[in-house]
Amino acid sequence: MSLVDAVTDRFATDLRAESTREPPADPDTIIEARDLSVYYGETLAIDSVSMRIPERQVTAIIGPSGCGKSTFLRSINRMNDLVQGARVEGELHFKGKNVYDEDVDPVALRRLIGMVFQRPNPFPKSIYDNVAYGLRIQDKDDNLDERVEQALRQAALWDEVNDQLDKNGLDLSGGQQQRLCIARAIATDPEVILMDEPASALDPVATAQIEDLIDDLARDYTVIIVTHNMQQAARISDKTAVFLTGGELVEFGDTSQIFSDPENERVEAYITGRFG
Amino acid sequence: MSQRYIDEEGFAIEGDNLDRKRFYGKIFVGVCFVSAIIGVIALGLLIADVINEAWGWLDWTFLTYPPSQLIENYLPDGRGAGIFPALIGSIILIALTAIFTILLGVGAAIYLEEYAPQSRLTSLIEANIANLAGVPSIVYGLLGLALFVRAFQMGSSLIAGALTLTLLILPIVIVASQEAIRAVPDSRRQAAFGVGATKWEVIRDVVLPSALPGIMTGTILSLSRAIGETAPILMIGAATTMFAPPIRDGPYGTQLPDLFGPFSAMPMQIFDWATLPQEGFQHVAAAGIVVLLTVLLSMNALAIYIRYRYETKT
Ligand SMILES: Nc1ncnc2c1ncn2[C@@H]1O[C@H](COP(=O)(O)OP(=O)(O)OP(=O)(O)O)[C@@H](O)[C@H]1O
Ligand SMILES: [Mg+2]
Repeated sequence: MSLVDAVTDRFATDLRAESTREPPADPDTIIEARDLSVYYGETLAIDSVSMRIPERQVTAIIGPSGCGKSTFLRSINRMNDLVQGARVEGELHFKGKNVYDEDVDPVALRRLIGMVFQRPNPFPKSIYDNVAYGLRIQDKDDNLDERVEQALRQAALWDEVNDQLDKNGLDLSGGQQQRLCIARAIATDPEVILMDEPASALDPVATAQIEDLIDDLARDYTVIIVTHNMQQAARISDKTAVFLTGGELVEFGDTSQIFSDPENERVEAYITGRFG
Repeated sequence: MSQRYIDEEGFAIEGDNLDRKRFYGKIFVGVCFVSAIIGVIALGLLIADVINEAWGWLDWTFLTYPPSQLIENYLPDGRGAGIFPALIGSIILIALTAIFTILLGVGAAIYLEEYAPQSRLTSLIEANIANLAGVPSIVYGLLGLALFVRAFQMGSSLIAGALTLTLLILPIVIVASQEAIRAVPDSRRQAAFGVGATKWEVIRDVVLPSALPGIMTGTILSLSRAIGETAPILMIGAATTMFAPPIRDGPYGTQLPDLFGPFSAMPMQIFDWATLPQEGFQHVAAAGIVVLLTVLLSMNALAIYIRYRYETKT
């Protein structure tokens, strides 16, 4: 049994133990925030957020700049642990297990919850090694060639790079780099993929490619995407969460409903562009 | 007053004013150019003078023979004399120093940049390291004498010399390595953490490879400073003149550096020659300087090459 299997297994055992005690209200929920607050020093970045994110769907997080979207995303795979002075209160459950419990290893968690960042950040290595990196450190390096190819195909990059896998990842165009980063994130087959404005540094054509890709990914993965672009959220997501200044989650629901008939008037004002 | 126009109607530019500003700009460039060129000229003159003095005295024999007290032996028809033991001594000394500084310097830099909590103690340590870089080398010599030669009873040995030089350049290497590590974009670390790398894996796979060219350049440049240092090895009692290189017979007929034996190094040997009264030794000293400078400049060239070759894209 490989290390990762062992970790996943331990996680799964915890989940089973947890679920006998407290069955999730909605069986499709994969991530649930319960009164989650994050502070940077004294600053409150997100304020007591509670929400249930469904499995294998695209959930968009929108809201004005500085309202805590990235912070919320990073609190899901505990990337906030790396920020000095960041502090989390409340709970965040992944498959029923609070990831902030003491027995959860953030490294193991991040192997199940992949991440794509706002700016493409490939390693200064070959395309192949970029995609293989996660597989190697997670000891999933059997059939490496096959897994790398599959990830690049899923990320819709294979056709463009299959004859130059040893080219440096940094020599690709911005859009290609971002798809490479997506390939790197999905190569290890996580369950959730977090994306923080993955298309904000890209031109419209590259953006459209990424959006198509997200659509495909939602068949196998749970995708949570932060975006500034309202149309983008409307196009690609099943659920939408609206954060507003102060780090509050103001409204969360089906995307179609949020964009056609929001309950909250501040949300309506934000969506129609009168506020933000 | 000359006025220039882009067209008849407007966009008038007051020519005089702009010309005056351009003129100031040119003066500034001129001053900068002169400052830049003065250093280069001074170094060029120095090297030309030394090469001129050494001309005819530096040959293969000079590199491969031990020194002699008699000036005749350095002449082409003499029995042969040169810098060999000090050259080998310097090379082994600098190789040992390189090993010690890379281990300690990079280790300290990684700790300070990646692991140390951002506390007042850490800032205090960092400030002190930066200050230590300015301490005169003779002070390190005294420290080496008290610590390695006396307290640890290493005597005036190669290893004591290497450790002393390590102390001398360690602050510079730590600071240079810290800067190289700090320059690694955080987004790259995040990328590795994001796919489930541990802290150690992030450092090994992302931070060090990206920082390595910077670390290597800093280290080599400090080592090239160390190889020319006289004061510290003088203080620890390195020999001025040795007639055999610090090499001993190892097992299976191998030759190993004699770490605990006495040694000489090029700066000591050159210093010795320069103080000899007989006519002609200033040429021998100059020949020694040319050898020293050649080693030193080759090391600097290597550092520049590494920086150029491995300059990572951002
Ligand atoms: N590393 C940090 N240290 C201190 N404060 C931070 C840090 N990161 C974010 N913040 C603060 O937390 C709040 C939320 O920031 P966050 O980056 O989550 O906003 P965001 O919604 O992602 O904004 P944007 O749309 O501009 O990316 C802001 O007030 C920000 O100043
Ligand atoms: Mg953000």
